[in-house]
Order: sequence, then structure tokens, then C-alpha cells
Amino acid sequence: MGQSSAEQSQTTPVTYGALYSVFFWIGLFSFGGGLMPWIQREIVIKRGWMRDEDFLPGVALAQVLPGVNSTNMAVYVGRHLLGVSGAAVALIGMLTGPFAAMLIAAYSYKAILGVPALHAAMAGVAAAAIGMLLRMGVSAVRTTSKGVLPIAVMVAVFVAIGVLKWPLVPVVLVATPLSVLAAWPRGKKEQGDA
Amino acid sequence: MREEVSFGLLLTIAVILAPLSIASIGGATAIYAPLQYEVVDLRQWITGREFLDLFAICRFTPGPSSLLGALIAFKVAGILGALVAMVALYLPSSALCYAVGRIWSTHKGKPWHTAVEKGLTPIAAGLIMAGVLALFQLSGGDLLTGAVMVGVAGVLTWKRKMHPFPLLIAGALAFEAAYLLGYMARAA
Repeated sequence: MGQSSAEQSQTTPVTYGALYSVFFWIGLFSFGGGLMPWIQREIVIKRGWMRDEDFLPGVALAQVLPGVNSTNMAVYVGRHLLGVSGAAVALIGMLTGPFAAMLIAAYSYKAILGVPALHAAMAGVAAAAIGMLLRMGVSAVRTTSKGVLPIAVMVAVFVAIGVLKWPLVPVVLVATPLSVLAAWPRGKKEQGDA
Repeated sequence: MREEVSFGLLLTIAVILAPLSIASIGGATAIYAPLQYEVVDLRQWITGREFLDLFAICRFTPGPSSLLGALIAFKVAGILGALVAMVALYLPSSALCYAVGRIWSTHKGKPWHTAVEKGLTPIAAGLIMAGVLALFQLSGGDLLTGAVMVGVAGVLTWKRKMHPFPLLIAGALAFEAAYLLGYMARAA
């Protein structure tokens, strides 16, 4: 992901309308999770509103904190860009489409459940969304692979949660302090603008 | 099935859903059991069959799976109930996330902040890849899902700024084609 900062261009100004619109479209087409790469594309890669260094900790926080990952991320990004009103605008943007779709579904769900062809289309959208997540994961793995300890932490988290299906909270509570300790600056020469 | 919408009913909806907002760590799956107990067993707002139908419909509408709480509230108390449910479901967790994000950014540049930032990167990477595996298994873990996943990831490596719409639509079309082929095979 290192080369991405060179591609970034701060062209679009951050406005409430633009923020709402970004999260409205992401929310409307969110089937089966895996929204982080789409948010990253709109916020970091395309608009240059945030840098990866600010975005990636948000990805971890949004998943570790209680609540839905995608709404947490909307709050994190919105707050970073425009404070408390930005967080509210991003969150409401993210939920507008799903809320409207839910109301429509509440009236027509018996008919929708009877169409198997729709099941297939939704499964296809979900599969593509997992593919986007895979691409983002590969980038994150590459960013991480700069030391033995970070790689060990990454693999341990993946195995514990992905393979062994251990509960998220205890795994994160053990892995995070170890990982932070490993990254703790020795001497103080690295203290930069971060 | 729809009771008289009273302030008491709306308050009950908020009281049921607000704790679930904070309880849903790592996805909405954690809230299904307590939600089912509250609305089906305890209060008998809907039947078990209706709960399953609404659960299924939430998988075919966009947005977080915890919207099931708002859908049930809509069945019980109409649009007002659904709006109260939305606030109860998403305000508590969002407020917490806001507070943590705020603490996070006010301490930017301090050595511990840099260390936590660096320390969280491998956690995020591990969680993302674990999420890929979990979603792949949830989707049935079949060859078609795997092929679409790898195909989409490959295209995004080639064109990183590509819009997701064509990719999502291509995924839907691939599955639709497979479904129709299977349908024709069964009919023949």
C-alpha cells in the first residue's frame, strides 16, 4: 500500500453533501459485509481525504469496538473529517438506503422469498464483496510484513479467529497489548509527526 | 399483530434494542439469540416462523444484519417504532466509537499513539483475512464463490481505483448464469 500515497490527490473538498453521498451509495449496495475496501477506495484512494496510516487503525478499531463494523467505520471516518456532525452525516448516510430497503421489504417479503433467482444474484454480490476484502487483506498483509513480530501477531490473529473460531474479544485483548509493546519506540528518535 | 402504538411500546423497543447495540461485538450474530428470546418467547410480538422469515429477508436487503431489530419494530409499532429502533440500535455503539476516535486523534503524534497505530496494523491485517475466510465459509465455500473472489481481487490489483459496481454486478451475473444452467439441467 506504500505506493498509494503517491497516487493520492486532494482534489475533492470534504463537504457534508459529498460525505453523505459517499456513505449513502456504499450503504445501499452493502450485501454481506466486506465494506472496508469500498470505504477505503472512496475516502483514501479516490478522494485523498485520509491517508492509509489514519484509515487502517480505524479498520481495527471499528471491528474491535462493539457495534456494526461498517457503521463504526462511518462514525470514525466522519469524525476524522468533519467532527461530530461529520460522524452523524456519515452514519445517517450509511443507514438511509438499508432503512428504506427494509421498509419496502417489510411490505413485500413474502413475494421476495419466493424468487430463488434472487438468492443467486445476492450470493454473487456477496462473493464479489469478499473478493474486494481479499484484495484489501493482501495490501494490509504487505504493509504488515516488515518485521518478524508483526507477521507473528497477524498470523496468530488470523489463525485464532479465522481458523480456530475463538471469540474476538479475548483474542484482541491479548494480541493488542503484545503488538503495541512490540511496536513501542526504543529510544525516542522515531518520534515524528506520525 | 400490531398493537396500539403507545409511548410505552416505543420505550420497550428502545429498552430491548439499546443493550444489543453494545452487545453486538464482531457482527450482528451475537444479537440474534437475545432478540429472539425478547420478541418471540417473552413478549410474543411475533411468532417463531415470522422471526425466521424476517431474518431471511434481512439477508436480502442491504445493510447490517442487526436491521432485523428495526424490521421487527416496524411490524410491531410501524414507522415510528422502526425509527426508535434505529436510534436504539446504532446510537450507543456509534457514541462509543466516536469517543474512542476522539481520544485517538487528540493524542496524535505522541509516542504511545505511534506505537498503538503500528501495533494495530497487524491486528487489522489478521482480522481482515480472518473475515475473508469466515465469509467464504458462510457463503458455502464452493468453487464458484472462490473463483469470483479471486477474480475480483485480481481485477482490483490490476485497476485499484476501479468502481465496485461492475465487480458486484459481474459477481451477480456469474451466479445467475450458474443458477440458470443448474435449473436447465434439472429441467432436462
